[in-house]
Amino acid sequence: MITLEFIYVLMGLLLAGITAVNARDRTNPKRWRNTAFWGIYAATFLFGSYLPPLASGVLVLAMTAVAGFGGLGQGAPDTTSADERVAHAKRLGNRLYVPALLVPGVALLGTLTLKQAAFHGTPLVDPRQVTVISLGIATLVALAAALAILRPAALTPVREARRLMDTVGWAAVLPQMLAALGALFALAGVGKVVSAAVTRWLPLNGPLGAVIAYAVGMALFTMLMGNAFAAFPVMAAGIGLPLIVHRFGGDAAVVSAIGMLAGFCGTLMTPMAANFNIVPVALLELPDEKAVIRVQVPTALVLLAINTALIYFLAFRG
Amino acid sequence: MNLLVLIGVVIVIVGFVLRLNPLLVVTVAGLATGLAGGLNLIAVVEAFGKSFIENRYVAIVWMVLPVIGVLERYGLQERTRQLVSRVHAATTGRVLLSYLAVRQVTAALGLTSLGGHAQMVRPLIAPMAEAAAETRHGELPRAVSERIRAYAAATDNVGLFFGEDIFIAIGSILLIRGFLEQNGILLEPARLALWAIPTAIAAFVVHGSRMLLLDRRLAAQVRAARAADERARDGAAPAAAEGGR
Repeated sequence: MITLEFIYVLMGLLLAGITAVNARDRTNPKRWRNTAFWGIYAATFLFGSYLPPLASGVLVLAMTAVAGFGGLGQGAPDTTSADERVAHAKRLGNRLYVPALLVPGVALLGTLTLKQAAFHGTPLVDPRQVTVISLGIATLVALAAALAILRPAALTPVREARRLMDTVGWAAVLPQMLAALGALFALAGVGKVVSAAVTRWLPLNGPLGAVIAYAVGMALFTMLMGNAFAAFPVMAAGIGLPLIVHRFGGDAAVVSAIGMLAGFCGTLMTPMAANFNIVPVALLELPDEKAVIRVQVPTALVLLAINTALIYFLAFRG
Repeated sequence: MNLLVLIGVVIVIVGFVLRLNPLLVVTVAGLATGLAGGLNLIAVVEAFGKSFIENRYVAIVWMVLPVIGVLERYGLQERTRQLVSRVHAATTGRVLLSYLAVRQVTAALGLTSLGGHAQMVRPLIAPMAEAAAETRHGELPRAVSERIRAYAAATDNVGLFFGEDIFIAIGSILLIRGFLEQNGILLEPARLALWAIPTAIAAFVVHGSRMLLLDRRLAAQVRAARAADERARDGAAPAAAEGGR
């Protein structure tokens, strides 16, 4: 059976390759920092499942120290020039899209079919992880197609992956760090303190006040936690169920479904949702760290107002 | 009520405002929160490590980098620009509006891996949106092309967030259902997914209109950015002359 562990080992090998390219790159003044950072990250994929939690924690702290004090660098990109690319594009034409479209295509096919696939009664793929494993497999299929069509030198994929990975830099690790922060917030009971504060200090004496406090609270709390999933149980248990549903008789399905979407408006406005708002900034090489958030804020605020109104009018419709 | 556990929230806000390295800020906030919550240092570091390892799946998206890197080396973005520049009806706003529709509909069918910043936005959507603007306004000033790329990323997010909840087996719907069940309310996932539809329509109308308005504003933004560039050049020239003295 293909499990997530298989994909983690592949990811670890890719990171090990990126580490090796960085170690040999004399053009990067901070090459040993990059080598240490990606090397430790590779270790968390290759051996993470067997390490005791304390050892993993120390590795994570070491990565933070490497990136946080002094930062990572970037070597001279070992790739083609703009003119060469235009020439390649003219020669290759639409064949370039075959590997690019194989990524979503195979991921989609895998998601739809692999859940049922079995060999002698054993599932081929861990049924709980089908989406992630399908994406991993899709990248391999697409890479094979790219190699067959373009015939680059054997190490080119790793060198090009290194170029992009160093463009993203430490931001690549931030989503996992924030998940860890969320776990510590949960252990320390941050959610309970915030919901107690919200219910104590906000005016909740009518359905409209309660709905506004709930929807805006979802967005704000999501902005703090970086994740609406963490905010929902707190706000629903603090305001949604006891007040809007039980005291004022609102529809639980409306309150929870649209409440979650009010939280997503918060996700659009916070750097804490790093994989949506910070990673693309790095990936698209934008100099302003908040560039993506900035263009999302108007959409998010208008939708938050609409969601608040929708909860109020739909939850008490009958 | 132990208000001290909010120290992590404070550290995060201060850290982001002061633009310190977020990795460092988040780690310090985590350590402080754990200690304030009564855990000892070893337990805090263990919790950090355990959760970091458990969440490795969010990094699987980086496995796409070798393919995308190789394709970029052989001119994928340039090819996309060549194709889009031939379609005269293509504008930045229309490109992004179409992508918003595709992203919302596929996410609503549970096909969330059809988009994404690494596999779709950087190699395909952002170059399409930029190329459409270039055919109309000529070579783009840096600030404008960066703004268009930011819009491309934003459109991916909006499409995903306000599409996926219509799919009954998505994480957030399952989470809501589980939470309500614990509180004695049994609901069909389909009823929850149904109530995601009004917001999905609103998101398409709101964000889509902003994309179409962007088309109208681009010309002005290009002019303003060019004027700013020229002012910067004029201002820089005397300074350079002084430096040579």
